[in-house]
Amino acid sequence: MADPMRIRAQVSGDKATVRVLMSHEMESGQRKDAAGNTVPAWFIQEVTASLNGKVVLSADWGPAVSKNPFLQFTVKGAKAGDKLAVTWKDTKGETRTDEATVS
Amino acid sequence: MLRSIVGAALLLLACTAPAVWAQKTAVQSIEEYRAMLQDGNPADLFEAKGEDLWKQQRGPKAATLERCDLGKGAGVVKGAFTELPRFFADTQRVQDLESRLLSCMETLQGFNAAEIAKTPFDKGEQKTLTALATWIAAESKGMKFNLSQAHPEERTFYEVGKRLFFQRAGPHDFACATCHGQDEKRIRLQDLPNLTKNPGDGVGFAAWPAYRVSNGQMWGMQQRLNDCYRQQRFPYPGFGSDATIALSVYLGVNSQGSVSVAPAIKR
Amino acid sequence: MQTRRDLLKRSAIVAGLLAGTGLFPQYALAYNKGAFEAKSVADVLKALGAGAPTESKEVTISGPDIAENGAVVPLTASTTIAGVKQMLILVEKNPAALVARYDVTDSVEANFATRSKMGQSSDVYAVAITADGKAFFAKKEVKVTLGGCGG
Repeated sequence: MADPMRIRAQVSGDKATVRVLMSHEMESGQRKDAAGNTVPAWFIQEVTASLNGKVVLSADWGPAVSKNPFLQFTVKGAKAGDKLAVTWKDTKGETRTDEATVS
Repeated sequence: MLRSIVGAALLLLACTAPAVWAQKTAVQSIEEYRAMLQDGNPADLFEAKGEDLWKQQRGPKAATLERCDLGKGAGVVKGAFTELPRFFADTQRVQDLESRLLSCMETLQGFNAAEIAKTPFDKGEQKTLTALATWIAAESKGMKFNLSQAHPEERTFYEVGKRLFFQRAGPHDFACATCHGQDEKRIRLQDLPNLTKNPGDGVGFAAWPAYRVSNGQMWGMQQRLNDCYRQQRFPYPGFGSDATIALSVYLGVNSQGSVSVAPAIKR
Repeated sequence: MQTRRDLLKRSAIVAGLLAGTGLFPQYALAYNKGAFEAKSVADVLKALGAGAPTESKEVTISGPDIAENGAVVPLTASTTIAGVKQMLILVEKNPAALVARYDVTDSVEANFATRSKMGQSSDVYAVAITADGKAFFAKKEVKVTLGGCGG
């Protein structure tokens, strides 16, 4: 089971700035290990975020996104107390969802 | 004729001056890059893990670390990091954070400290230690270093650390001081802080544990020192050895009063 | 001073990048494997699609001038153009140019920040694609002092 994300959602007016830190190797498939073998690609491909259950963000990522990825976006129409959930899915089919309260 | 010369000179000035003023130095650009990464430090992920591990029942004794004494009393975490290394009566040793955690993991949880000390960084229980160190450091973030030199052992360790710092050895005849013994030194684009004195808030000793973006790894001070030894082509120091603790005492006492920014983010 | 030739050349490169991604002019919203595997600019230029993307002051790509390490380069793509459906972040000289693709819905601002690996110093692009398939871009050079993909 993958490590939890760190999600911060701060409201400002009628918007909320969301910052997410995800724990993931984001192996590009370009790297070679000490023995000279290529480390197979393994990375987050899809990211979605929902506000109170409604999808507000959907994104596709490639192997170039950095390890332990950081994502920042701004949700419209958010207010303190709203639930912000983020889900990622990677190339192995593993997935993780974490939730935070907009504050 | 004079008017056209003056005119030309003014034009030249107008063209070149703004360019010079607008030019950013490489060092400034690097500083901007570092500032851009401050928000959203992956060290947060290790911090969260560390907090969990402190409270989790683990090891053969299935106990938590919540009674571990980091120097300010059993279970007191806030403010402990900025007072380490220090002398501990129960082990009769001057200990840094990571060796102290190892003692607690052995005494309270029943882990084999020697085995963990031999485990490579980033593997097995070394990962536990790193995560714990990250969280414990974070609990003192923004506080000033205040290492004790009251105990004679603490003073001895300072002196030993100083000698180790200046000792030239290895095939390159390096010492820590070779890179860190003077002001205004750098390797390529990285500034090398002068560690023989207080290098300023959040610099040097005050910046570890840190997340290194170049390899995506979380490094505690033990790993930082180990890698310095590697770079100098010295034999690797033992994990939590007196040598590493003595160096930490020297660095820590020198940076007395500076603000800790650990866990930081680094190249 | 921008010559018309420079402008056309930059448009051509972005057109090539987009065409190679397989997203332009018809933007699939399902994960597009081909898009993320499109390799060099040269390969991408080979598959040049219809409609040249234009450089626009209403698209912004922000990031550092120099990245101390190519493993982590913070990049932000944003636009003030109305009716934008997707935003892309591209690194021209990476083994595969497309870094990330964001759907722009009514609920989210067309402003996304993430961190990318860069194999070497390169131009980075933000591309905004509107509902009618028009693409607009901004680019910036980011110098990398240490490779982020392997070294």
